[in-house]
This record gives sequence, C-alpha cells and structure tokens, in this order.
Amino acid sequence: MADTGNNDAFVAFERVQKSYDGETLVVKDLNLSMPKGEFLTMLGPSGSGKTTCLMMLAGFETATHGEIKLDGVSINHIPPHKRGIGMVFQNYALFPHMTIAENLSFPLEVRKIGKSDREAKVRRALEMVEMGEMGGRRPAQLSGGQQQRAALARALVFEPELVLMDEPLGALDKQLREKMQFEITHLAHELGITTVYVTHDQTEALTMSDRVAVFNDGRIQQIAPPDELYESPQNSFVAQFIGENNTLEGTVREIKDGLALVQLDDGGLIDAKPVNVEKAGDRTLISIRPERVEFNRERLSPDAHTLKAEVLEFIYMGDIFRTRLRVAGSDDFIIKTRNAPDQRRLKPGEQIEIGWLPEDCRALDAT
Amino acid sequence: MSDTTDTGPVLAADGTPLKRSLRRALRAQKMRALALIAPLLIFVLVAFIAPIADMLFRSVENQIVGNTIPMTVEELRDWDGADVPDEQVFRAMFFDLFLAAEAKEHTKLGSRLNYEQSGMSSLFRTTGRRVDNMGKVFQNAFKEISPQFDDAQFWFDMMSGGAGAEGNARLISNQIGRLERLEATTFSGDVGFVPGAAISDILPNTARAYAAFAAFTHFVNEDVVSEKKPWEAVHAALAVDLEEPATAAALAAYDGPGADALRQAAAAELPPIDMKAAFVDANKDWSRIEYWQVIKTYSPPYTTGYFLNAVDMEKTTQGVALRSDDERIYGLLFKRTMFMSLMITFSCIVLGYPVAWILANLPARKANLLMILVLLPFWTSLLVRTSAWKVMLQQQGVINDVLVWLGLVADESRLVMINNQFGTIVAMTHILLPFMILPMYSVMQTIPPAYLRAAKSLGATNWTAFWRVYFPQSVPGIGAGSILVFILAIGYYITPEIVGGTTGTFISNRIAYHISTSLNWGLAAALGSILLAVVLILYWAYDKIVGIDNVKLGG
Ligand SMILES: Nc1ncnc2c1ncn2[C@@H]1O[C@H](COP(=O)(O)OP(=O)(O)O)[C@@H](O)[C@H]1O
Ligand SMILES: [Mg+2]
Repeated sequence: MADTGNNDAFVAFERVQKSYDGETLVVKDLNLSMPKGEFLTMLGPSGSGKTTCLMMLAGFETATHGEIKLDGVSINHIPPHKRGIGMVFQNYALFPHMTIAENLSFPLEVRKIGKSDREAKVRRALEMVEMGEMGGRRPAQLSGGQQQRAALARALVFEPELVLMDEPLGALDKQLREKMQFEITHLAHELGITTVYVTHDQTEALTMSDRVAVFNDGRIQQIAPPDELYESPQNSFVAQFIGENNTLEGTVREIKDGLALVQLDDGGLIDAKPVNVEKAGDRTLISIRPERVEFNRERLSPDAHTLKAEVLEFIYMGDIFRTRLRVAGSDDFIIKTRNAPDQRRLKPGEQIEIGWLPEDCRALDAT
Repeated sequence: MSDTTDTGPVLAADGTPLKRSLRRALRAQKMRALALIAPLLIFVLVAFIAPIADMLFRSVENQIVGNTIPMTVEELRDWDGADVPDEQVFRAMFFDLFLAAEAKEHTKLGSRLNYEQSGMSSLFRTTGRRVDNMGKVFQNAFKEISPQFDDAQFWFDMMSGGAGAEGNARLISNQIGRLERLEATTFSGDVGFVPGAAISDILPNTARAYAAFAAFTHFVNEDVVSEKKPWEAVHAALAVDLEEPATAAALAAYDGPGADALRQAAAAELPPIDMKAAFVDANKDWSRIEYWQVIKTYSPPYTTGYFLNAVDMEKTTQGVALRSDDERIYGLLFKRTMFMSLMITFSCIVLGYPVAWILANLPARKANLLMILVLLPFWTSLLVRTSAWKVMLQQQGVINDVLVWLGLVADESRLVMINNQFGTIVAMTHILLPFMILPMYSVMQTIPPAYLRAAKSLGATNWTAFWRVYFPQSVPGIGAGSILVFILAIGYYITPEIVGGTTGTFISNRIAYHISTSLNWGLAAALGSILLAVVLILYWAYDKIVGIDNVKLGG
C-alpha cells in the first residue's frame, strides 16, 4: 500500500526495519518517499512506531535494516548533528538555562556564524513566530504556546530543508492547538520546507497535511491526501481510525460490475464497493460514513438495497443531528443529518429504512 | 460586590467576621501540623540546637576562676601587674585555696589555668596539699593560749554569739552561695548556724571563714556543725582579725560567749602572719609574676582566651599578640583542613560525575545494579574501609608490591602513600564519593534526554551538546554534592586519624584530642565554633556566587 522508492524523492525510506530488542520489529518494512516541500503527517495510535521512524530519520536511532536517503544520498551513517534536519520535540526541549534568544542562537553558534549575522537571523526568526519581544526571557517564563513558537523558531532559524515535528502540539489546549496548526502549515508552505509531522490526532493530520501516512503495528496502512484517506480508506483499520464510521459484518455473495453483493450476518443484503475483498465467500467488514446514510426512500435509487432500522436515540447537536439506530443486530449505528429547514427529526421507536449509494459503502477486509 | 454598598467587615454564615473565623480555622490547622512535627522539633532542639548552643557558650565561658578563688579575683582587681602581689592577695588566696582544697576543686582550676600557662596545674596541686599546714601554726598557737579553742562546741557558741543573739543571716547565705558556685550545685535547707551580728563585726574574717566551714560541714560532709572542730583556716582568720589593733579594743567591750578567751588571745603573742612567704615556701612559682598575670587575665567570667588560642594568639600584659612560631599550630591545621577538603571535593567531582552520568542514562535494571555498587561502601564499616586503604597504600602494601613487581619502583624506594596527606585524600575521596554521586545522579535523572537530542539536531557535536546543554543543567547537582562532601570532609575525624599520620590530620582530630585527652573543652569548643563559622561563611559565599537555589538534591 505504501508507495515505493522513487529516485528523485527528497526523503526516502527503503525497506526500513527497526527492532530495539532483537525479538520484535517495531517498524516492519517501511517504504516511503516524499518530494521536496511536502507536508507529510505520520498518524497512528500510540506505540505504532511513528516516533521511531522520526528518530531514525533524525539519526538518533539506527535502522536495523534498510536505507534512509536524504536528497538521494544515504544518511544511515551520518551522525545527527551533520544531517542538518530541524526538529521540534513534544515537550519543546528548549534549553532551560538559556534565554529564548540564546536558544535560537545556539544552532547558529555551532555553525560558526558571525555575531551580527546571528543576531539578525535570530531576530528574523522570532518575528516570524511573532515573538519579537520575548528574546530575553527564559523558557520557564513563557506560556505553553509561546514555548511552542520558540521551539519552532529554533528548529527553523538555521534554515533546514527538512523539519521533523513529534507531536509538537500535544501539550496545548484545544483552541491554541488549532491556531498553531494553522500557523505551522502556513509557515511550512511559505518557507517551502519539507515537513514530517507526527501526531496521533486525526483531525490535526487531516487539516494540516498534504499527505497522511497512517501507521499501525509498525507498518504504513495507507498513505494518501486527507480527502482520499477519509473517503476511500483502503482497509478497515484506516476506515475506523479516520473519522466516525459505521461497520457491519457480512459475507460476500458475488462480485459483479464492480459491485459486491454482501449478505450481512442477520440475513440482510446490501451493495458495496469491493475494496479489499476478492471473491464470493470472503468475510468482509462493511464501512459507511454516518453522513452518507440516507433514510429518505425518494433520494435512493429504486433498485437499491435497503435495511430495516429502529431509531434508538436522537441527539440534537446544533449544526447537525445525530441519530443512533439499531441495524442488523448492532446497536450503535450512527447517522448524521444536517440541521436544514426541511430536515426530518427522527423519533425514538420509529421504524425506518436506510440505504446509501453503493460507492459510499466499502467492503473491506474483516479483521 | 456590585449589588451592595456595605463596606463593613464581611461576615461568615454564623455572623462572626469572616476574617476571624478564617483565622480560627487556620489556627486549628496550624496546631495540628505543629503537633505532627513536635517530636522532630523537640528532637532537633535537644539533639542539635542545644549542643551547639552549649558549645558556643563553653568557648567563651570562664567562670571557674571566679567561682574557685573569688576573693583573690577581687583583690587582684587593683593589682597593677608590675610586681608580685602583696600579702593581702596571698591571704585571700590562702582562704580561697583552703576551701577549694577541702572541696577538692583546686585541681580543676589548676588544669584550667594550665591551658594558658604550663606549670599552673602542679602549682595548685602542690600548694593545695600545704594549706592545712599553713593554718596549723595558728591552730596550735590558740590551743596553747586556751584549750577552749580546741573545743567544737565552744567555737560554735562563740561564732553564733550565744542563744538569742542577733544573727548575720547575710553572711551565711553568701557563703552558701559561694559553695554552690564552687561545687556547681544548689543546696537547700538550713545549716543550723547563723553567725552572730556583733561577733561578725568584731571578727569579720573569722566569721566568714567559720560560716564557710559551717556551710561545708553541713551540706558537703553532712555533719553537725557544733560537733566539728573548725578548720585551720578559721584559726588563721582569727589570727588575721586579732592582728588588727582595733580588734582588741572592740573585744574589751564585748561580753558574748568566749569573750574571755578571745581577750586572752588578743593579749597573747601570736606567730607572725606571712602568707606570701608560706606560699613561696610551698612552691616558689608563687613568686613568678607571669603566673599571677595569667590568673588576673583569666579571672573574668567570660574570656576570648579560647578563641585567641584557637587562632594561635594569646593574651599578654601588652594585649593580644601572636604566639611564637613554634607554638602556632591551629592556623596551619585550619589551612590544611580547608585545602584537603577542597582536594577531596574536587576529586569526588571528577570521579563521581561520570558515574552519576552513567547511572542516570542506563536502563533502570542496570542502573539499580550499579547503584548497589555505589552504595556498597555505605554497608561496610567505616573503620574497615579506612583500614583497607591502609592495607592498600602502606609501603609493604598491595599497590607498592604491584609497582615493585612491575619494576616501576625500586624495592628500596617504595612510595610513601599512607600516613600523609595523599593517603587521607585518597581514603576520604573513596568514603565520601557516594555523597557526591547521589545528588548528582538525582539531578541528572531529571534532565530529559531530549535536550541532548535537541542540541545534536541543532548541529552540536557530542561534546558541544554535553558542555553547552547538559553540563550547565547538571551544575546544581555538582553544587549540592560539593557542599555535602565539603562540609562532611571539613569535620571528618576517623579517617584522618587512622591514615593521616602527622601531616594528614585535620582540625577535627585536634578537637577530639582536646575533648578526650587534654580535656580542654573550652578550646575544643572554640575550635568547633570557628569551624562552624567557616562553614557558614562558605555557605554564604556559595550562595552569593552560585546561588543556593541552584542546589538541588533531586526533582
Ligand atoms: N528506546 C526504546 N527502547 C525499546 N523500545 C522502544 C524504545 N522506543 C520505543 N520503543 C518501543 O517501540 C514501539 C514504538 O514506539 P514509538 O515509536 O515511540 O511509537 P509512537 O511514537 O507511535 O507512539 C513501542 O512499543 C515502544 O515500546
Ligand atoms: Mg511517539
């Protein structure tokens, strides 16, 4: 599923494996290539190996097998300080005994850049993150958001072409996080830097990235732009991990004209788009987004398969309505409808029929 | 706040002012907290604050002179120090010394003064044995004049002035007070004797001496005063009184008990009173002016003498002066203690830092194992560890053997590594190392590895990352360890005692010597106080330079 090596990629992982203890592989056969200027997010549950990948790229962990290339050159044996990669750590790692200006000046000093140059660059970097006044302060005197900006400025001040960020917004509150998400993407695009961003927050991944690589169990499950990831998940893990999702289990009856006829476990029949089922008789997990479910018979094609459903709960959420249904023996089938003037509000106990367009219903692997 | 214009005190629900009920609530909380820490507080007061206060007090306290020979101190007040004191002073010394000798306190005074002037101890000891004889002359003379003077009851009646006579209660209570100070106790109860007012006017010395005798007999010997013959000193006092021409005249008009015998004695020829000659005869050092100067110099109840001594100075008649070269030792010892403690602290930093670093960066299980190795010395007796160094370092020891075997050192020129400063520094570095490693470790543990990674990702080499980023953050641990090790080292005793020889001993060894061998507690206390002051000054300086909030024992 992951894309294979590409010779003009800026960053490339080729068949990379990593094991810490010699017994289990934390990263299993990772292949990834990124063009210059791309904002790529590694998304996945905790422990899925995202940080490990980032650390291998930064040079703090060595790959057990495989090759990591930067601008076409293998960097497996280049020590971290010679890789010239900017990095933002989860807890910022701003040096507590230095002021913010000194923190920013540090990468320039070790590069033996002259004093006046250094000062100009530090000032510019601080202004870039709107922290022009804060240069004289210690990290402990800054708020979380300000520390975050300072860490970002420090990672960018020496003008690296590649910047790595490991859950940089994890410690911020929701509002600030959203603001920073915007600022980071904005900066990254403006400066044209290539960014690898790690998060376990799918909203963050979807809103910020050019492409998202979904990690699970040491493998990339799918790598795609956000819309594709959301709308066309390639397997049930991705479908369940990204966004809200209804799932129903069943068995494939037949596959014909690019449509799979699936018999649910309680007997009902539905149409679905076969994604990773191959032949009749395969077990499958059907995945439908809540907002793609239709209960208005007139809006469905006449020959569409429908399922009977009982309304269990109606939740008013302002802009949308969220309705919980019992469908095919499952009690947590959710549908979302827009709060439009002509929208019908379902009542608990009501018996309805639900259906969908076959291409919105994806027959995925049964895990 | 907006809906009321009331500016009076805010009231709690029950109507009492809020401030008061808050205070009450807080007080209860405080009392509970205080009760919890009370055992510790009391322990600290008793086991820590009180001994230090006592030490500070002892380092200036000098009441023994005034308590043992109060009259002499009084007489010496007007002495100009130019010549050997006159007969008056010697007489006072006789009466003081007699009582002190009876109470067996004179040798203590001798030892005390011997710290300032050697020879004092034997002077007081030998003279104390002779005071009885000095008074015997007069006792015999009075017995000759009238056998009544050999009768206990006669003396008692005479000195109390007979039944119903007016008494001089002040005199007896003064003497009891004096005895209390001499014996450093308190007495309660009645002596059963009050000197007569009339007789104490006529015979002041005798009355005083008899009152002292009475108090001593009653409280110390626990005898009945009227059954005991008075001391030789009382007879001598009577002789002194009778020497005064006015006494005979006063006696002529006196009709109390024993008046006849006294008139008889006043008329008789008595042996001449020359205490000065008697003292010089007992010990010729009494004619040495320096000895008297020492007594006068150290007669006030508080003295700077111990402190002067502790910094190699002394009091002379010309004021305070440095001791002669060959008598100066404490300055050298203080300097050596400082120097060696600094060396030990420095060695501990150099050896301990890498160990602490490894401990902080190893995975937990291996770190625990290493920690056990670090702590192992704590589980071995200090004596054993120190002695082990003796085995290692001595001239026939393991290290020399190995060096000789390797041919690096000739057999006849084996290295001297023990009983000197080198041996002390080595052994103490080893013993104090854990005190350096532990605080450093606990500080290093709190430095996230992300800092080093951040530094390297910013382009710093391993060394730059360590030196510019890691090391400054570990400084508080070094500071804490250094203070701990330095303060422990400065007061260390056992190790320098065992492996220090003569050139590697510390000031603490000298303090221990004064406490247990020379028994000069005042000097020991002064040395200890100076050590305490040095530590406090260093602590203060450290705070000024490094900042004490830069010291962390962890977290
Ligand atoms: N230094 C390490 N030593 C041993 N195991 C590690 C180390 N770092 C991470 N791991 C293990 O590797 C796996 C992946 O970790 P990580 O890359 O941090 O995941 P993520 O960042 O996606 O949460 C986890 O199971 C973790 O326990
Ligand atoms: Mg991680």
